[in-house]
Amino acid sequence: MNITMNKNGKVLIVAVAGRLDTLNSPELEKKLGPALEGIEDLVFDFSEVTYISSAGLRVLLTSMQIMETRGKMTVKNVTRDVMDIFEITGFAEDLNIE
Amino acid sequence: MRELDIDAIKENLPQVLGFVEEQLEGQGCDASVITQIDIAVEEIFVNIASYAYDPDVGPANIRVEIIEEPLSVVISFIDNGKPYDPLARPDPDIKKPLRERQKGGLGIFMVKKSMDNVTYEYKDGQNILTITKNIS
Repeated sequence: MNITMNKNGKVLIVAVAGRLDTLNSPELEKKLGPALEGIEDLVFDFSEVTYISSAGLRVLLTSMQIMETRGKMTVKNVTRDVMDIFEITGFAEDLNIE
Repeated sequence: MRELDIDAIKENLPQVLGFVEEQLEGQGCDASVITQIDIAVEEIFVNIASYAYDPDVGPANIRVEIIEEPLSVVISFIDNGKPYDPLARPDPDIKKPLRERQKGGLGIFMVKKSMDNVTYEYKDGQNILTITKNIS
């Protein structure tokens, strides 16, 4: 899995490439923690995410809970397989997806 | 039927997925179906790795069988850890706003939703969880 973070003022764009599974997701969570400091607009670019399990969903859930008091969070370029998971789990209704 | 005996630890997940995918090779499975099967296998194996023998390490036996009409894959996960029926757990409320959600229970819920059949039995001191997915 590859994580690229691009910070511009209060905007943070996090591009993830690969599998957000049990083994990889903790790394994303760990990197996000300090990076979210002072951020009001968090954008996940999921164009290269091919797979997400509950471990990856938990990272999104935690991020969403953190961002709720600070600003907004968006997930963009969601692939078909990941969208299926968002739909099954009800994340599709609640996440800001572009 | 092919089987794999492996320590139930998270780090063995790639090996488990590799074993399952090997059995699916040549069956003409759709990539999306393989992803769904991978996710189900991950959720179940990681559950066993996290809870079955906690705090110790114990074995898991994984059996994969391809059956005909309709062409399906049947995967069983067997451990001799604490008796635990993951299917007895109530489903998470997916209508609930994410901010109010508890963090557990999503994995097995995804398994139930994406597989065609999921069964659990406790027999001879073993937890046996079996998933079936149509791959035709």
